[in-house]
Amino acid sequence: METPARAGAGRMSTDAAHSPLLQVEHCTLKFGGLTAVSDLSLQLSGPEIVGLIGPNGAGKTTVFNLITGVYRPTNGEIRYCGASLVGEKPWEITSHGIARTFQNIRLFPSLTVFDNVRVAFHLHLKHDVRHSLWRGRGFLQEEREIGGQVMEMLEIFHLGKLREDFAKNLSYGDQRRLEIVRALATRPTLLLLDEPAAGMNPTEKAGLMKLIEFVEQKYRIAILLVEHDMQVVMGICRRIVVLDYGVKIAEGTPGEVRADPKVIEAYLGQARE
Amino acid sequence: MIEFLQQVINGLSVGFVYALLALGYTMVYGILRFINFAHSDVFMVGAFCGFYFGRLVPAHSIGGGLLVILMAMLVCAALGIVIERLAYRPLRSGSNLAVLITAIGVSLLLENAGQLVFGADPKFFPELFPTKVFVSPGGLRVSSNQLLVFVVTAVLMVALQWIVLRTRIGTAMRAVSFNAQAASLVGINIDRVISFTFGLGSALAAAGGILYSLNYPSIDPYMGILPGLKAFVAAVLGGIGNIPGAALGGILLGLIETFVKGTRFSTYTDAIAFAMLIVILLFRPAGLLGKFQVEKV
Amino acid sequence: MNRLKTALSTWPKAILLASLLASFVFWLLSGRLDPYYLDVLTKIGINVTLAVSLNLINGYTGQFSLGHAGFMAVGAYAAAAITMFAGPKILSHAPANLLESATVCLFMGALLIGGLAAAVTGFLVGAPSLRLKGDYLAIVTLGFGEIIRVIFRNIDSLGGALGLNGIPPYTNIFWVLAVAAICTYVVLAMVHSTYGRGFLAVRDDEVAAEAMGLNPTRYKVVAFVVGAFFAGVAGGLYGHYTLSIDPRGFGFMRSIEIVVIVILGGMGNTGGVIAAAVILTLLPEFLRQLDQYRMIFYSLLLIILMLTRPQGLFAWKRRPAPAPGA
Repeated sequence: METPARAGAGRMSTDAAHSPLLQVEHCTLKFGGLTAVSDLSLQLSGPEIVGLIGPNGAGKTTVFNLITGVYRPTNGEIRYCGASLVGEKPWEITSHGIARTFQNIRLFPSLTVFDNVRVAFHLHLKHDVRHSLWRGRGFLQEEREIGGQVMEMLEIFHLGKLREDFAKNLSYGDQRRLEIVRALATRPTLLLLDEPAAGMNPTEKAGLMKLIEFVEQKYRIAILLVEHDMQVVMGICRRIVVLDYGVKIAEGTPGEVRADPKVIEAYLGQARE
Repeated sequence: MIEFLQQVINGLSVGFVYALLALGYTMVYGILRFINFAHSDVFMVGAFCGFYFGRLVPAHSIGGGLLVILMAMLVCAALGIVIERLAYRPLRSGSNLAVLITAIGVSLLLENAGQLVFGADPKFFPELFPTKVFVSPGGLRVSSNQLLVFVVTAVLMVALQWIVLRTRIGTAMRAVSFNAQAASLVGINIDRVISFTFGLGSALAAAGGILYSLNYPSIDPYMGILPGLKAFVAAVLGGIGNIPGAALGGILLGLIETFVKGTRFSTYTDAIAFAMLIVILLFRPAGLLGKFQVEKV
Repeated sequence: MNRLKTALSTWPKAILLASLLASFVFWLLSGRLDPYYLDVLTKIGINVTLAVSLNLINGYTGQFSLGHAGFMAVGAYAAAAITMFAGPKILSHAPANLLESATVCLFMGALLIGGLAAAVTGFLVGAPSLRLKGDYLAIVTLGFGEIIRVIFRNIDSLGGALGLNGIPPYTNIFWVLAVAAICTYVVLAMVHSTYGRGFLAVRDDEVAAEAMGLNPTRYKVVAFVVGAFFAGVAGGLYGHYTLSIDPRGFGFMRSIEIVVIVILGGMGNTGGVIAAAVILTLLPEFLRQLDQYRMIFYSLLLIILMLTRPQGLFAWKRRPAPAPGA
């Protein structure tokens, strides 16, 4: 499929490429006395690859959880294509066009590779449970179509041969790829990748970088990437946002961020301790 | 007014027993995050221990009665430890649900084995202690067995507090309930702490079984089911994993139940406990004194 | 086995119709069968329906329900109420030559109403409870099951604690087998669809399922309601077979018996669960003399299964049938 039909299509404005897709505005998240994220603002317009980096515990996954509705911000606003996401459930947010992967891979272990992707077509089903009982021609037709689309996606990402294997039996690299494919099956306009390069060797990382760039170009979507590996981040991100202790301390191109003294300090510690 | 106070006394006497049982549930849950379904049947075994050991001592003697309680507590502590060792420990790394199912199996096993061994017919619990009814000037009646419940339970709870707060093993218990992994890293023998917790809880259940049977002297192999479930509700009410909470929950539940029994809804008394449980779990799962935990994504 | 699976997935409706037809033919010929075998077969059929419906909730969707007997009770009492109290009035309007057909329709209607009543109960129980996890959900469903039982014990117009007697004997082997076939079809058809994969996804990882756009609560409620419906119908069949029901028969023990079947068969393994239902219904028949040991056997079975093979007896090595709660 060239341009995926967008789930939140009605919400998109005509000059979609330039108006902001995701707007996080002055978001704060407090857990009792602990402030995990403080007055965070960031913006994405699609398609582009933006990196979100910071030392451990900086709150990067928390930001993902805020955007996807796992946490509700204590203050601030999160908008997608202009509409507020605050208070919506994660599955509602996904229906607007935001998909994600997880830091610790969360595939469906007892489902096959094929079914893992197939499940993610749920949002775009024309049929529901009643039709699965009657199993009329329309239902069977749609099931066939979905099957075809699933195979197409699996083939593109070189997972076609593994279609009948159970997700938990896949190699680590294949599992990471499968998680990305599954997220793509929801036909997002924004994809959040949480440390996709974790645990990969340099060859795999190079493959992953090509994969992410391929996804951005083929599916024309915005990608927000949390990653620790600087090579990956500097290599494919057009823009980088740096977090430390839940606060944005820098934002800019890879070159700018690399040279920013605040960033260096955050990662390496202050000169005097 | 006298009516009311009488109900309070009756409610407290059953509530204290619930509290003893609830302590066992809450301690095990605090350490293992697991509902020991078989706990109610250890209560039953304790009562039957009291029945059989009671034959070995003269009736109506305080010393004899206390000795019976002590022996029952020891036997049931051993039973609790054995159950944990054989049925729960192998599944500790698995899912919570698997252990729960196993616990249900153990519970059923104890009940049905009890039926086989003791016979299904209810037995009459012996009068271990000298019985006397004290009547106050206003007409308030307290039986010596009820007083016994208050006294023994109070002593046991004080002893428990001392163990938990002032001994090494008690501190270890608390450490494990906060963070088992960290506790083992600092050298605490988790297996031993867990065994001890089970033993302690089971001993309390045994004492509860005997105290309960002194006041409701008909015992049978299935006697533990309802009190056990109610004690569990009490533990949840007070905040599961919280020791003072269990005591508080037990007393509250005993009082509520006794007052309901006096109204026209008495046939629904058992359902009330279940309904309370559901309401608590749905609206305030942390209970009165507990803390709510968030799942990490 | 694989050929059977392929056949089932290619012509599910045809196989369902064939099963219904076979059930009908079997019923026609059932006069020749020894009543004892017919009795056992009836019990098997009812247990299959109970177990397959519970498997949808526990096995496929991973929601551990310990109150299935409560839904059975609702269905049994509701269906009996229809046939016993509304029945005579309805049948009195039927012309004499159509009386038999009218009775059949009445029974079918009663079963449906029993199922629907149970389904509504399933919704009322499920909707609030399903945000609880694991053992808490189990305890709450146990509690609901007991509350339902206590309620029926207090409804005197339905017999109260003494039970309801004199239920008309409308159940026959056709109904039992037909309902079992329909229940199996419904569960399998639901689960083997793109939508249905969602049940397993919710079981495997609720957070990930949500992130993929699935509404876990909706799936759980659907599973509960459908499961409860068939438990209710099974209850209706049961009541019109034993001709007398009482609240004690629908308590925690009954729920546990069904749970043991599901665990033995393998959670999420409909074929295995059906086989387990057959085995566990036949076993007490073979061990008649040892009937007093039945519950001990069940409890030991439960413990040993959990310790050695929690994924059930029939988990094929290729398929990762999950252990409860895994």
